[in-house]
Amino acid sequence: MTIPEEGSYHFPHRHLLGLKDYSAEDILHVLDQAESFLEILNRPIPKVPTLRDKTIVNLFYENSTRTRISFEMAQKRMGADVVNFSSSSSSVQKGETLKDTIRNIESMKIDMVVVRHPSPGAAHFIARCVDAAILNAGDGAHEHPTQALLDMFSIRQRTGKLKGLKIVIIGDITHSRVVRSNIIGLTRLGAEVTLCGPRTMMPLFVEELGVTVSHDLEACLEWCDVAMALRIQLERQEGGLFPSQREYHEQFGIKKRHLKEFPQFTIMHPGPINRGVELESEVADHPRSIILNQVTNGLAVRMAALYLLSGGKRG
Amino acid sequence: MSDLKSQILLTGEDLDRTYMRLAHQFVEPFDKLDTLAIIGMQTRGVDIARRINSYIASFFSVDIPMGVLDTTFYRDDFRTRMRMPTVQITDIPFDLFGKDLVLVDDVLYTGRTVRSAMDALMSFGRPASVRFCCMVDRGHRELPVAADYVGLYVPTHLNEEIRVETMEQDGRNAVLVVKKEKELRT
Repeated sequence: MTIPEEGSYHFPHRHLLGLKDYSAEDILHVLDQAESFLEILNRPIPKVPTLRDKTIVNLFYENSTRTRISFEMAQKRMGADVVNFSSSSSSVQKGETLKDTIRNIESMKIDMVVVRHPSPGAAHFIARCVDAAILNAGDGAHEHPTQALLDMFSIRQRTGKLKGLKIVIIGDITHSRVVRSNIIGLTRLGAEVTLCGPRTMMPLFVEELGVTVSHDLEACLEWCDVAMALRIQLERQEGGLFPSQREYHEQFGIKKRHLKEFPQFTIMHPGPINRGVELESEVADHPRSIILNQVTNGLAVRMAALYLLSGGKRG
Repeated sequence: MSDLKSQILLTGEDLDRTYMRLAHQFVEPFDKLDTLAIIGMQTRGVDIARRINSYIASFFSVDIPMGVLDTTFYRDDFRTRMRMPTVQITDIPFDLFGKDLVLVDDVLYTGRTVRSAMDALMSFGRPASVRFCCMVDRGHRELPVAADYVGLYVPTHLNEEIRVETMEQDGRNAVLVVKKEKELRT
């Protein structure tokens, strides 16, 4: 067998900092590759040695359960050496800067860094400081590219397409990094996106991103093929952005009766779910919900991203 | 890298006769064919395996299970290339345990693909035996690998490339030798 050197498409990226840098073709390439990785997860021995020569650092400056576990499992499924770093138990507590931390870690001969940080642009900053490949696992309210990729993968898996699909994203749009990456990715692939949520959680001029804004949940649910509910951070209530969880649920929560009234839409949620706030419990567990598929697909998409960025010789 | 000149080694008709011969060779060691299974290696190995399997079905009236294998994840040389190879689908829809497998590929060259294929197979189970079939053995082995079934032996130079073309991928069935400007090792 020969590995082709030439072809019409060449994945050009060194990092995955955000979907803003990725063309429609690049996004589709990652999704297509993720199909192959999904197959690996169903093997009797779901492990391949593809990254056995790579050392990857997971640099988490913010709490995370599923993203961190998902990245770590993806890395281990591909045979990489994995080092976990969390700021709470590190020299960051002694006053070490992000730049010094990452440069010290790089001195230990690492190949890739997965970074989550509360500050927007942190992943871009790290990419300028070190030679390793950087994957953004969420930077403030800026981007969360792998979450958007797994959302797109899950939508395509369920509906068979993305182009022309009608998608409503419901909830706290202002503070969500998942929304930003999803808007970029989905619109680039030809989907129609509507944002729905309280006015206090809707950024001004968001229509500039090529989306429609609505505050009427039922009209959106009637219109859409896919409804993606976002987690409401309960601390936002203390900030006065919404009066109570119960009121939010009444206005913007997807309820069981909606499933009967609007039988066409698929339910998504990036997790973790506040049952009874964004979704009624029966909605979260309904056959039309693909929330657990999203978690499995997250593993495949992250494996694909790690594989593509672990790249061969750079031209 | 441009081609300097190419020469057809096997035409579609020659290939058909080779497929028929290989179909007979595949079944020869077995009294019963209930443990035989065929795995085609992406990309052209799959087309070749399908063709051989269709001849087995028509000659012996049996339905031999067939799978498809992509070995990209197991290769040890992809990082020396300009780009990451595109991963293709692996689909082995039967249990490997106790099966007598025949792995099918288009060209046997350095032996690295076969090594990675055997690594990959072990992720799926423990077959009773694994044999290897290639349409063309062009020499220049880098690992101690030999094929059990060979369509054609072609001693080659390092600046030559063997291309097995299939109807599904290339619109015709043929085997060509192509002279290149420089060495191409895989």
